[in-house]
Amino acid sequence: MNAFVADKALTPAEADGSGEPETLLRVDNVSLAFGGVKAITDISFDIRKGEIRAIIGPNGAGKTSMLNVINGFYHPQEGTITWRGTVRRKMKPYEAASQGIARTFQNVALFKGMTTLDNIMSGRSLKMHRNFFWQVLWRGPAEREEIEHRKKVEEIIDFLEIQAIRKTPVGRLPYGLQKRVELGRALAMEPELLLLDEPMAGMNLEEKEDMSRFIIDVNQEFGTTIALIEHDMGVVMDLSDRVVVLDYGKKIADGPPEEVQASQAVIDAYLGVSH
Amino acid sequence: MLYDIFIDPFVQMYDMPDFFLQVLWEGFVAGILYALIALGFVLIFKASGVFNFAQGIMVVFAGLTLVGLHENGVPAYLALILTIGVMAVLAYGVERIVMRPLVNQPEIILLMATIGLTYFLVGFGEFVFGGEPKQMITEELGLPTGSTAFEIGERGLIILQHIDIAAAVIAVVMVIALAIFFNKTRIGRALRAVADDHQAALSVGISLNQIWAIVWFAAGLVALATGIMWGARSDVSFALEIVAFKALPVLILGGFTSIPGAIVGGLIIGFGEKIGELYWGGLVGGGVESWLAYIIALIFLLFRPQGLFGERIIERI
Amino acid sequence: MFYREAGQFKTSYKADQALFPILQDRIGIAAILLIAFVVIPAFANDFFLTSIMIPFLIFALAAIGLNVLTGYCGQLSLGTGAFMGVGAYAAYKLTSIFPDANVIVMVLVSGVFSAAIGAVFGLPSLRIKGLYLAVTTLAAQFFLEWCFIRIPWLYNYNSSGAIEVPRREMFGFIVTGAEALPITRYFVVLCITAGIAYLMANVLRGRIGRSWMMIRDMDIAAELMGVRPLQTKLMAFAVSSYICGVAGAMMVFFWLNAAEPSSYSIRLSFQILFMVILGGLGSLGGAFMGAAFIWILPVLLKFVPGALGIDIAAETVEHATFMIVGALIIFFLIVEPHGFARLWQIAKQKLRVWPFPY
Repeated sequence: MNAFVADKALTPAEADGSGEPETLLRVDNVSLAFGGVKAITDISFDIRKGEIRAIIGPNGAGKTSMLNVINGFYHPQEGTITWRGTVRRKMKPYEAASQGIARTFQNVALFKGMTTLDNIMSGRSLKMHRNFFWQVLWRGPAEREEIEHRKKVEEIIDFLEIQAIRKTPVGRLPYGLQKRVELGRALAMEPELLLLDEPMAGMNLEEKEDMSRFIIDVNQEFGTTIALIEHDMGVVMDLSDRVVVLDYGKKIADGPPEEVQASQAVIDAYLGVSH
Repeated sequence: MLYDIFIDPFVQMYDMPDFFLQVLWEGFVAGILYALIALGFVLIFKASGVFNFAQGIMVVFAGLTLVGLHENGVPAYLALILTIGVMAVLAYGVERIVMRPLVNQPEIILLMATIGLTYFLVGFGEFVFGGEPKQMITEELGLPTGSTAFEIGERGLIILQHIDIAAAVIAVVMVIALAIFFNKTRIGRALRAVADDHQAALSVGISLNQIWAIVWFAAGLVALATGIMWGARSDVSFALEIVAFKALPVLILGGFTSIPGAIVGGLIIGFGEKIGELYWGGLVGGGVESWLAYIIALIFLLFRPQGLFGERIIERI
Repeated sequence: MFYREAGQFKTSYKADQALFPILQDRIGIAAILLIAFVVIPAFANDFFLTSIMIPFLIFALAAIGLNVLTGYCGQLSLGTGAFMGVGAYAAYKLTSIFPDANVIVMVLVSGVFSAAIGAVFGLPSLRIKGLYLAVTTLAAQFFLEWCFIRIPWLYNYNSSGAIEVPRREMFGFIVTGAEALPITRYFVVLCITAGIAYLMANVLRGRIGRSWMMIRDMDIAAELMGVRPLQTKLMAFAVSSYICGVAGAMMVFFWLNAAEPSSYSIRLSFQILFMVILGGLGSLGGAFMGAAFIWILPVLLKFVPGALGIDIAAETVEHATFMIVGALIIFFLIVEPHGFARLWQIAKQKLRVWPFPY
């Protein structure tokens, strides 16, 4: 299990003890618009190393767009993103991936024609380097590399308890398991920052409990920083270290769960006050 | 060399305006015919999301049926009515046998099915009416033949074939009729509903099967009209198949779902192709008409991947 | 009962990742290879080799090529015929420029030229997707066909405008040209096809094959996982065109002896596409099954009436063949849109639980 725990295993508590925690990613005054429609207006927040950061807000608040901006899929018109101390230029999604940002999706975006094993193996793409000519020959380096990564993938399969569906095409799996495979695929990238877009949408209580357990384990055992979007307030309050609340593309609150929960602006946004 | 590419053609255009106008007219007529084929595609794509590869073959098939019936002693107008009947049967058959069992399949499977249909129609048409090229029965149908020459300036001359003028008029009438049908009738409204969202349309009680049979029939009628016009300009034979592929770049330019797009796209391809062939084709040995249309469409696509009339695509996930 | 993996335990990932992890499959493939390399050469007559086996293997290879692009990477192509043509003309030019070089090497090298041209026409695939991309490949088809006609250098200024394969020997055997024995040609074609199929199976089970499938199944997610879309797609175009180019070169060198531009027309593109679709998108075995069906069926249709003593004009038979092939394509798409490969899987599944299906 410890095989892919990197030396970065710092829980928030430990980090707090050593003074000011390191900021992994900072978003400054980001605005994003499609044509005339403003999706995000002037949002700033940060994600600290090792924490679980929740992004919440009503439907259409711009949460998913925010994640898309973070991993380079959308390019904001204004504002900057600072990743580990360096301001990021306009970048392609695959560059974000190679810098250690992994992601799951609101609507499961697995590779439907491939098996669970292949899906999780696909997360290793960036870490595999044998070129076409070795691949053609297969015997030797390419095969060794494949086996080496297969071992890591099997560890993830064990961790997520999905051994039984290893060779099943993901299109045939029930929704809850698909979400789990998708988490596995993201974990296979061994990311610094894991973005989870509604990891528990459409799940029943039991599945939610499982998923919450996995998220906490990932955070504490592997020390992976997590940013998650979730609608289930109970889960958000339990899991997250800090919460940022968006509404109509604007940030309306930011802070520890209890503080945010008490904020008048948040209550208004959820209960609906005329704007 | 550079002179030949960038200057000489324009000098020629200026020097011989009558020839230039003649080229434009040729391009216009070719464009109208491309647009008509594309129109058939658009009708079916709008209503069912099926990219009907067989549209080009339906054009030839309709023309061949018409001529074949006439050759076998059926009077011209009766043959026309019978051909319309054949197109109706074809539409019903396609809906019943091909489209209905394949509903909800991925688009490439549907595309393949229509290519299968293409093969079937080619084989069937030749099996019944023989493979040799035929003459279109233009006069018997009461369509104008002959031509009029217009003098321009001192010694310029443009020759307009009457059949071409008729083709343009018929195309315009057909587009107007389709527009009225789409916007003013109950079936037209149902059709637009289906085009927007199949399931929502089903849930308010619109019969998909009926709508599909109707659009395939409408596409069949468009094909028949195109077949007559085209057949009148050259022979009726399945060699026209290659020309029918040209509807694809037209669709790319105009967008798969836009009727005005099909027309504008058809005209751009028609003009571009004729002008390109006559003024620049000679530089590379001629015959560029066979691929110029695709290259034009490709260049447009690189700058506007959504086509001329499409909305900007925002990718979401 | 007979087809069952129970009791076959794998003790290493290496064994689990093998091409044929199940013993029965290994026996099956060995049997097929035995038939192909021993039984057929021993018993088949020249007609069977020339009219059925050689073209079948060549088309199967072309179908593998297209399958890499369309079945595995999800990029629809209608330009296969032209890419095959590039291979054929390249091989022809190579053999006339280097008359002493080994002809098989020249055929294999010719694929490099079609790979380069394929990659160029694959460039728009970064911005253009789906059916729109089909138009790009149609542009390739018509443009290249035009080149084959209008550039006389390509066919050595022959008055006929066709390319004719010269006689070439290897190890004392005549391998190309009209005098080459069908059996020699058959072995050459079989070795090349089987070899490339094996190498492609290796590529497809590794990282590169996976990245193609990632692009096919969900290109945006693939990009967010670190796959570079342009590189990956271009590689698929290049590999696919390489294989098609080799198949095209084999088509003229080991089967037809001479070819005209019309041999590589859009009709050929469609023929190969049918093989891929009917065989099953994304399946190497399917490419063989599809090629067998699309090639052998018309041959049978051509000879069955004659064998039964029914006299039908050749033209009528040709028309009927078109009709029947078209109808069968629609029929099979309705019965099983995922092709013969899926039917084969279902059959295997049934076999696995036989004789107690519940």
